[in-house]
Amino acid sequence: MTEVIRADYLTKKFGKNTVVDHVSFEVSEGEIFGFLGQNGAGKTTTTRMLTGVLPSNSGTATILGYDIMKSPVHAKQRFGVVPETSNAYIDLSAQQNMFLMGELYDLPKSKILQRTEELLTLVGLIERKDQKVQAYSKGMKQRLILAMSLIHEPELLFLDEPTSGLDVQSTHMILSLLRDLNRNGMTIFLTTHNMEEANQLCNRVGIIRAGKMIAIDAPEKLKSAIDREHRIEVSFAKDVPSIEPGDLPGIIRAEKTGDKWQIIVSDKDAAIRSIVAYSGEQNTVIVTLNTLAPTLDEAFIRLTREEER
Amino acid sequence: MSPIHIIGIASQIRRAWAITKKDIRIYYLKGPVLIFGIIMPLFLFLAFFMGSRQIPLSFLIAGLVGMTLFFTATAVSPAIFPWEGSAKTLERLASTPITVEAMIFGDMMASALFSIGITFITVIIGIVLGLSLLHGFILLSVIVIGAWCFAAIGMLFAAMPTNTPSNIMMISNLVKFPLVFISGIFIPLEQMPPWGQMLAWFSPLTYIVDIVRYSFTNTNFFPIIIDFIVLILFTIAGTGLSMYLHKRLMPGRL
Repeated sequence: MTEVIRADYLTKKFGKNTVVDHVSFEVSEGEIFGFLGQNGAGKTTTTRMLTGVLPSNSGTATILGYDIMKSPVHAKQRFGVVPETSNAYIDLSAQQNMFLMGELYDLPKSKILQRTEELLTLVGLIERKDQKVQAYSKGMKQRLILAMSLIHEPELLFLDEPTSGLDVQSTHMILSLLRDLNRNGMTIFLTTHNMEEANQLCNRVGIIRAGKMIAIDAPEKLKSAIDREHRIEVSFAKDVPSIEPGDLPGIIRAEKTGDKWQIIVSDKDAAIRSIVAYSGEQNTVIVTLNTLAPTLDEAFIRLTREEER
Repeated sequence: MSPIHIIGIASQIRRAWAITKKDIRIYYLKGPVLIFGIIMPLFLFLAFFMGSRQIPLSFLIAGLVGMTLFFTATAVSPAIFPWEGSAKTLERLASTPITVEAMIFGDMMASALFSIGITFITVIIGIVLGLSLLHGFILLSVIVIGAWCFAAIGMLFAAMPTNTPSNIMMISNLVKFPLVFISGIFIPLEQMPPWGQMLAWFSPLTYIVDIVRYSFTNTNFFPIIIDFIVLILFTIAGTGLSMYLHKRLMPGRL
């Protein structure tokens, strides 16, 4: 697959403080890549370097084949950016903001008109296109900014916390729009705090902590990789004697909570087989059996804590 | 220069024009800005006109035109970058394919157009008050070059990497007001002491006032060609320095 983003040892210092420390990764064409990290971890600074807003102190960023420091105009012409803070011009109307963006991308007037109509309809703002942005809600502003970033039909879209602090309706609209854009071939680089959002949307996620990349993988792989122990929740039709470690193969410990057993196991497959056999031995039936995978939240917290130690 | 370079420059000029239109809409076509642009030099002019009746109107009109150019071209431009920096719209612009040079060019164009528009009003006031315009084309040229020169100076003030407009406006006023008093606006250069005349050489306003005075009264201190050459040099230096400084310092503002 073609590489759309390639960061090689990107480093940014503010004074003596190294905010981004030799970060390297790549994003392939058609991928949704989630960029996760705590506040101050270096997510926004990395995104700003990738989008050519900030220069790096060392390392390179290649976007769509262009070195962002050497050929910023060519690279920027082909990607769109939804920055962290709402930043449409509040003294202009939605239509005027769209026109300004179209002109900054040097599009012909007819194309700007056509894309403005299409995009403002898509984000549900066409009825209020002549109203000044000052009167818009936060959700409306964010939808407008998304529309502004798409005016030139970019191949790659950078989004920095696009749904932060938004109402459910706007969040839902933006996420479903991102899925559609990705389905149509657009590569998406999504910086977010929202693990559930990353879990649902992203093909791969990268986790940054204190300026260093500490993990990059698919959300599911990341979740299973952090837990060498797995949890199984099981309930039987009738009471069974307490399950002790060693009673059954693969089981580390087990405890009863309500009518269920929470069983910590090292080998999921062996443990499930032994639980099924155990229920036969006890002359009972299994009512429910769930394997509880760690959430991406847990994976994130575990990974960032491990790095802190 | 290759055709690709020419296409690239033409495309950046179109983008700069988009910045100009945006600036005019957002910052210049505002009642208070327009009123300030006219009132400020007019009141300074009236203060001197009333206070020193021995100075003829034909002498003072050159100062009024010069001051109007100066105050209008530097009224808003120093604050645009800090405003946009704090509103985060500058980050939006920086992420689009417009160069810093084109951004500065666009801001300067808006400032110069605003300045030219308001200055024409003062010229019309002078003509209405009975002054005869002797060299119309020279006056038009100096207004256009002067507006561009002061727009560049305005953008130079904006190069300070702060997003607090009041800080920049304070510094710009500290420079602007002394400049008015050393540029032969209220005291003819001939009557200035030698040190005053030396200071006047370093002010672009001196040359503008000299050319405007020539346009209305046929009298001048420096040869007109020298006035124009120095003014053009100030304009080129101001534009180049402004673009260079903004390019270097902009990341500190984002």
